[in-house]
Amino acid sequence: MSGQGWLGRLRAGLSKSSNRIVDGISSVFTRRKLDEEAIEGLEEVLIAADVGPATAAKLAGKIADTRFEKDVTPEAVRRALASEIAAILAPVAKPVGIDPAKKPHVILVIGVNGTGKTTTIGKLAKAMRDDGKRVVLAAGDTFRAAAVEQLKIWGERSGCPVISRPQGADSAGLAYDALQQAQRDNADVLLIDTAGRLHNKANLMAELEKVARVLKKLDPEAPQDCLLVLDATTGQNALSQVSTFREMLPITGLVVTKLDGSAKGGVLVALAEKFAIPIRAVGVGEGADDLKPFDADAFARGLMGLEA
Amino acid sequence: MFDSLTTRLGDVLDRLKRRGALKEQDVEAALREVRVALLEADVALPVVRDLVAKVKEKAIGREVLKSITPGQMVVKIVHDTLVETLGGEGEDVMLPADPPGAILMVGLQGSGKTTTTAKLALRLKDREHKKVLMASLDVARPAAQEQLKILGEQAGVATLPVVAGQRPVEIARRAMEAGRFGGYDVVLLDTAGRLHVDEALMDEVAAVRDAAMPLETLLVADAMTGQDAVNVGKAFHDRLGLTGIVLTRVDGDARGGAALSMRAVTGCPIKLLGVGEKLDALEAFHPDRIAGRILGMGDVVSLVEKVAETVEAEDAEKLAAKLAKGEMDLNDLAEQLRQIRKMGGMSGLMGLLPGVAKMKNQLAQANIDESIVKRQEAIIQSMTPHERRRPQVIQASRRRRIATGSGTTVPEVNKLLKQFMTMNKMMKKVGKMGKKGMLRGGFPPMPGMPGMPPRF
Ligand SMILES: Nc1nc2c(ncn2[C@@H]2O[C@H](COP(=O)(O)OP(=O)(O)OP(=O)(O)O)[C@@H](O)[C@H]2O)c(=O)[nH]1
Ligand SMILES: Nc1nc2c(ncn2[C@@H]2O[C@H](COP(=O)(O)OP(=O)(O)O)[C@@H](O)[C@H]2O)c(=O)[nH]1
Ligand SMILES: [Mg+2]
Ligand SMILES: [Mg+2]
Repeated sequence: MSGQGWLGRLRAGLSKSSNRIVDGISSVFTRRKLDEEAIEGLEEVLIAADVGPATAAKLAGKIADTRFEKDVTPEAVRRALASEIAAILAPVAKPVGIDPAKKPHVILVIGVNGTGKTTTIGKLAKAMRDDGKRVVLAAGDTFRAAAVEQLKIWGERSGCPVISRPQGADSAGLAYDALQQAQRDNADVLLIDTAGRLHNKANLMAELEKVARVLKKLDPEAPQDCLLVLDATTGQNALSQVSTFREMLPITGLVVTKLDGSAKGGVLVALAEKFAIPIRAVGVGEGADDLKPFDADAFARGLMGLEA
Repeated sequence: MFDSLTTRLGDVLDRLKRRGALKEQDVEAALREVRVALLEADVALPVVRDLVAKVKEKAIGREVLKSITPGQMVVKIVHDTLVETLGGEGEDVMLPADPPGAILMVGLQGSGKTTTTAKLALRLKDREHKKVLMASLDVARPAAQEQLKILGEQAGVATLPVVAGQRPVEIARRAMEAGRFGGYDVVLLDTAGRLHVDEALMDEVAAVRDAAMPLETLLVADAMTGQDAVNVGKAFHDRLGLTGIVLTRVDGDARGGAALSMRAVTGCPIKLLGVGEKLDALEAFHPDRIAGRILGMGDVVSLVEKVAETVEAEDAEKLAAKLAKGEMDLNDLAEQLRQIRKMGGMSGLMGLLPGVAKMKNQLAQANIDESIVKRQEAIIQSMTPHERRRPQVIQASRRRRIATGSGTTVPEVNKLLKQFMTMNKMMKKVGKMGKKGMLRGGFPPMPGMPGMPPRF
């Protein structure tokens, strides 16, 4: 307990609550609600940021109930909305954590085609190497032309060994080999790349599940993490992606790429409300250092078109 | 996940039944639903505004026909407006009068440019009998040039040899030269993905265009693209003067509003659709299909067309009704196995129905092996007419006889019967789904009424 006596605390508490009452009363007289046009404008900002019509309407509804000073600027209103959004996102902003007891901590990276899986692995590998970790990469995309070569180049860039098999090989078998190898090498982290796949293709989804199943033969807890990579340019389909991939594998985190463009990635707000899956990192470029922690405040301000 | 617009508008407008012409305030209520449906389908906001205004203008004062509900009437107006906006039925890629001509492929990172380049090359080679050269100008993404080279080998299309260290503009010049000297008709230029806000890279691709003077500059865009589609389309068009759009990953379950957004801001036709990762998965664009999809009506039109192509109209109706009710018998199966095969197999047919994703899972579990269709036909032919109508009567001894008669094995006969039961069960489910959605009266061909329920 603090040095403050009980009387002091009571007084402070009372003044806080009385302040609140005074605030409340004065706001009814001096503050106003936003007009319909302003609310609609805000809703449209949200929609244009891919928040989606339903979530946008809900958020705008909240702001419609808020009373503002009579002379409030549009920017201040947007800032208020941004902090509402930040409050939704803050609980899911959690960077990847590596379990040091695991040798290795296995991270399976999945997602639809072209979202940035391989690049994200390259960036993660670089960051973890810089952090002094021993990292092994598995070229699990045995389908797409030159996918193995692509990851090998990232392996060179980040100074991490790459386990691969020729194109067309079984990706689950490759993942098994890679985990075995990483265990032998006493590696800290194994990052497994996978071929991009559309979530509505049952056979490709089953293949992914097989990869996870095979890993469990060597380590019943593997993969410790399963990261779903989303492209910020994607609209409402991201909801379908997350919900379908999640049925197949326990997704432990999201990575959102291509936030260096003009797409705002607003669908994350709906995703956070619906699934509450941690957002582990964001991609902001094609270089090895272009992976940043997810910052709920900055992201929310970006959504509302405010300076970061 | 999404209600179809018809259902939604039904709720809003059904109380208006038999009220004659659509009035402004009725239409307003409907338009709010239309707006939300379009936004959920990722049509960009400014484009939604325009579309809603157009629909409003067309709808107010319109007499509602006796045979349909006001909701259906509005859906039809919306559908027609989308089709109109999407425009350009089956506009194909231009071919050079004075070869070689270049086709420049541009777009954001990961949109599908390289794959589409190879698909287009294969198409031009096989369909138009053109001599095609592909060149990768992507010096940014690791192993991008290697990727195109491998795809070239798969497609049997030549690729420009890679010279390490060359810049994109130099590669473009070299490609055009190789095109001239090698007697090529078309030179396809695959470029690195770039953000439309990246000034330096946009300058670079503009320089490539100036060097190659392409006949076509195609923007390759992902069907899953959200609201940013307008910015992307506009920026690439302003800078490069696009001649067409290719929409990829149409084999996904995205509603594809980006098609409308991009078409509206660029005015360029959507020329082709990517529908898979394989090199033959490239299709012509049909505005009515995409319109139906954006409105959440399943790809019923495609289904109707495909059925019409291969089956007599009456057969189609019977097949549809039986499929939907799960009342197929083995006679139908034998007769239709062949036709189904022509329509791209069961999975091809299923893929066109609304609610695809879920059914595809079940289809995979049902494990319908399309390659053994012929043996299955033989098995059914060895049955008596009675057995074909009532497969339940086929017990052990009959199974042995059928196996011997068809030159197959008892396990194969068992498998066929089991698959048949599974399929029937599954179809019953599709039929039920259809009742809620579009397949109300089956899917007989309805010329002139694309994507509309039979009652139209
Ligand atoms: N601007 C930008 N580009 C990115 C980002 N992340 C990835 N990319 C680019 O997007 C393209 C696709 O990235 P990949 O890492 O190959 O994507 P993938 O998911 O592995 O693709 P597939 O294996 O083909 O499904 C490449 O050109 C990357 O350079 C990002 O954060 N910003
Ligand atoms: N399912 C599906 N995948 C596609 C389609 N077009 C391209 N892809 C995949 O999308 C990913 C990126 O394609 P790529 O051609 O390398 O894109 P680029 O970076 O724009 O050149 C690859 O995994 C392709 O296999 C399509 O129409 N459908
Ligand atoms: Mg990859
Ligand atoms: Mg490429």
